[in-house]
Amino acid sequence: MSEIAEKVKAIIIDKLGVEASEVTPEASFTNDLGADSLDTVELIMEFEKEFNVSIPDDQAENIQTVGQAVSYLEEHAK
Amino acid sequence: MSSIRRVVVTGLGAITPLGSTVSTYWEGLKNGVSGAATITRFDATKFKTRFACEVKDYNPDTYFDRKEGRKMDLFTQFAVIAADEAIADAGLLTDGVDKDRVGVIWGSGIGGLRSLQEECFQFERGDGTPRYSPFFIPRMIADSSSGNISIKNGFRGPNFVTTSACASSNDALIAAFNNIRLGLADAIVSGGSEAAITESGVGGFNALKAMSERNDDPASASRPYDKERDGFVLGEGAGALVLEEYEHAKARGAKMYAEIIGGGMSSDAYHITAPDPTGSGVVLVMRNALRDAGIEPQEVDYINTHGTSTPLGDGAEIKAIETVFGEHATKLNISSTKSMTGHLLGGAGGIEAVASILAIKYGIVPPTINLHTPDLDINQALNFTPNVAQKREVNIALSNTFGFGGHNTSVLFRKLAE
Repeated sequence: MSEIAEKVKAIIIDKLGVEASEVTPEASFTNDLGADSLDTVELIMEFEKEFNVSIPDDQAENIQTVGQAVSYLEEHAK
Repeated sequence: MSSIRRVVVTGLGAITPLGSTVSTYWEGLKNGVSGAATITRFDATKFKTRFACEVKDYNPDTYFDRKEGRKMDLFTQFAVIAADEAIADAGLLTDGVDKDRVGVIWGSGIGGLRSLQEECFQFERGDGTPRYSPFFIPRMIADSSSGNISIKNGFRGPNFVTTSACASSNDALIAAFNNIRLGLADAIVSGGSEAAITESGVGGFNALKAMSERNDDPASASRPYDKERDGFVLGEGAGALVLEEYEHAKARGAKMYAEIIGGGMSSDAYHITAPDPTGSGVVLVMRNALRDAGIEPQEVDYINTHGTSTPLGDGAEIKAIETVFGEHATKLNISSTKSMTGHLLGGAGGIEAVASILAIKYGIVPPTINLHTPDLDINQALNFTPNVAQKREVNIALSNTFGFGGHNTSVLFRKLAE
């Protein structure tokens, strides 16, 4: 697992209070990991802070699974 | 007004500087324990006041899963914890109660001060990019307390928060009482909470010169009616009551602690922080409560006073008691339990209602501790229940709370006939 993927996983475990085993690449924040719309906003903000990126709203809407978050950040993280 | 629908107390809950349950709170009250100690919630080294009455050894993980707890300010956590105890005590979730007819009316004078402070500090430390948490506003707003209690328990009746500074909880209790006797709900979880032991809370009250600065001896700092008193001691926590329509409670066989028989409200219309030294607003509020209950002053046995340990306020309240109760004033038991718990601000009326009801239940009046040097400007013929609890059959108890803004509130509880 890449360093980015590990950090993403740690943030998700922390913010959503889920088990590490649940945080699979396919897992959806809302459908599988119990996040509501505010939790999702918070996750995106944490990613922005941790990876020093700014994720525009229209792109944030497309980040709905763990794998999508990792791909986006691997592409955009500075 | 004689109420058609009677309202009784069927559940109690408390998380306080003396104990985190009703029974441990009562043990502390009965034994005259002080809840004051050095502040641990932040580094208060540079503050004029460096002590407070904190809820001891508090760990949110004991009560909430981490994700749930993080979304609540401390004052809401206290609200949910005390409400849970009261709801369980009343059996409100287990007896087939119609949740559409159960409301939550809570009191908080300030709301999520810690959350407001943290988010503002964080923005200030940053580069100007706004990174406010999406949970900031829902954590901060005062009504997140009543909202979270209803969400957790599925109560879909009337739901709101009253804000009148240190009178907030009593206003909540009176609103709950009125909603039930008007037939708008069958039961209401009420009370109040506060968690203002933060940099801005302590700094702000220090600036008002309202708080004790007795840093060398915190346990003796809250000393209502004592000549050496120098201000209130900040407390935190929550007190919760389940108020329920009498026939509803009877039909489901609920235990009944006491009946709430009257509520009074008034305003000083005098000054935004200073109490009216004539005490006329306090006279008015106690008379309003007595009239609402349809009882005579001499029927009251115990007054749990506002008595915050400030030089001005304590004397004005006692003068008002003398005016309202006349000769009977010397036959009353009077005590300020703030001498032990500190001042919970918007939560004060909640825990003091619990104290008043337990005084009725056990026939024991909790003391005013730290009362050693009489203030001769205060009538010494009155019984302030100094330092040690007193046994007394309490049929009717009156609980006073007053708030910045000139808000005065009084609530009356009566023992139920066996």
